[in-house]
Amino acid sequence: MHKVLEGHTVKRFDGELGHLHYLILEMGGLVLDQVRTSLHALVDEDTGAARQVLEREMRVTELGLRVDEELVKVIAKRGPVARDLRAVVSFSKAVSDLERIDENAQRIAQAALSMYESGSNVPSSALLRDVTIMGALGVEKLEAGLALLDTLDSDAAENLLVKKRELDQEFQSCLRRLSTFILEDARLVGHSIMITLVLRSLERIGDHAQNLAEYVIYLMRGEDVRQRERVSEEEQVIGGQ
Amino acid sequence: MEIVEDSHKTTNLEHPHVADPVHVSKTATVSRESRETIGDIFVDDPRISCRDVNVYYGEKQAIKNISLDIGKNEVIAMIGPSGCGKSTFLRCLNRMNDTIIGCRVTGDINMDGQNINSKKIDVVPLRAQVSMVFQKPNPFPKSIWENVAFGPRIHGLANNKAELDEIVVTSLKKAGLWEEVKDRLDQPGTGLSGGQQQRLCIARTIAVGPEVILMDEPCSALDPIATARVEDLIDELREQYTIAIVTHSMQQAARVSQRTAYFHLGDLIEVGETNQIFTNPRHQLTEDYITGRFG
Repeated sequence: MHKVLEGHTVKRFDGELGHLHYLILEMGGLVLDQVRTSLHALVDEDTGAARQVLEREMRVTELGLRVDEELVKVIAKRGPVARDLRAVVSFSKAVSDLERIDENAQRIAQAALSMYESGSNVPSSALLRDVTIMGALGVEKLEAGLALLDTLDSDAAENLLVKKRELDQEFQSCLRRLSTFILEDARLVGHSIMITLVLRSLERIGDHAQNLAEYVIYLMRGEDVRQRERVSEEEQVIGGQ
Repeated sequence: MEIVEDSHKTTNLEHPHVADPVHVSKTATVSRESRETIGDIFVDDPRISCRDVNVYYGEKQAIKNISLDIGKNEVIAMIGPSGCGKSTFLRCLNRMNDTIIGCRVTGDINMDGQNINSKKIDVVPLRAQVSMVFQKPNPFPKSIWENVAFGPRIHGLANNKAELDEIVVTSLKKAGLWEEVKDRLDQPGTGLSGGQQQRLCIARTIAVGPEVILMDEPCSALDPIATARVEDLIDELREQYTIAIVTHSMQQAARVSQRTAYFHLGDLIEVGETNQIFTNPRHQLTEDYITGRFG
């Protein structure tokens, strides 16, 4: 159990928070595997893997429900404050992000099934190359976000936030390349649109992974990073005037 | 964990004997060893200002050099473990510690430009101006009407019975008790339920026209429903009075107060907006206590 969550005079409270933390990490591990499996399904033409992702959606949902149930119990029984309250709030938000990540993994798996079971030509390796590149970036960010949920290291969370725009920029680059493919060969429109949607899902996965870093900072320091971003955006707007 | 600025500067021209409040980075938690008060000690235009207050019971020092402002029309909650000095400090505010043999109070407690600890101050009108509600409801063994009328009568606040009646009715209404007792004002106050007795005591307090109401664990002897009524009453009373409440219930402190002060072994550890104290306290001792990691 992470020491941040323990130390209560009532040891059962330690156990309840520790159990919550464990459930979140279990859900995170499952969701990470969903993303990896869906990418493998798409890149390696493995429709069996795609089906596995779709079948496991129920398991992710069940875990999410269990976490929510435990969260409500902790709130009702313990009336958490300060660090404990922030932990409960952060875990609640993290569950939501993990569910959204799984939804995006589902979309990638569906795309794989559509492409490879439709009977039409499979996408070229050139088209799939961007999926591989962005997929690696997305998985890396997700792994980093989940590691932060485990270690609750707010300094490492700050480092992850610095790289916030990486996936966004890569996504824009991919879009430009896809546009070029379509201009060169209009028959690639169908696959290009599908790939674009997959890349969009990967970009969203990265965003949700970044959110996990924000929750860790909030839990450990009580600082809402979104306030920082809002101030920064206001300053940019004012500076631009 | 680090303190961003040194706390020993004395650049505050208005309060030359008191160090500036310690300003701590939002992201820092002050270590357990530091006993400098963290947070919002001072307020603009305070109702009561305490500076360097010490209290001794014989040789034992119960309150150590505490400075704290109590703002107008605010509810400030004082929390801390048993024996930390919060009730002792509360009693300083209307010199109830004078009634304790061997108790000695030093420092300045200023109200309306006067130090109430001065020997020139008459404690009787002081205790009407800064009146107190105690943990155990203690109605007089008199009728409900007489309980409320007693204080105004001896303080000469009414010229005749009609004015006294008006004070009684108004006070009982403000205490949220009128509807329950209006038909039995001649019945003994001790015949009321615990929650009603406590509200009767609050009515009695209000009747003498205080500006500040001190409450020492006013709900600890009450059931949850009576507690909720008293808390609701505190919320209403705030519009007219300044309230300082000592409570063992952190949830109550969070519900009723705008500022919360955490005491620990005679020190004032941290003072701040209640929302901030209960979501992101700055001192490790405060966090340990309110999260149940203390002891």
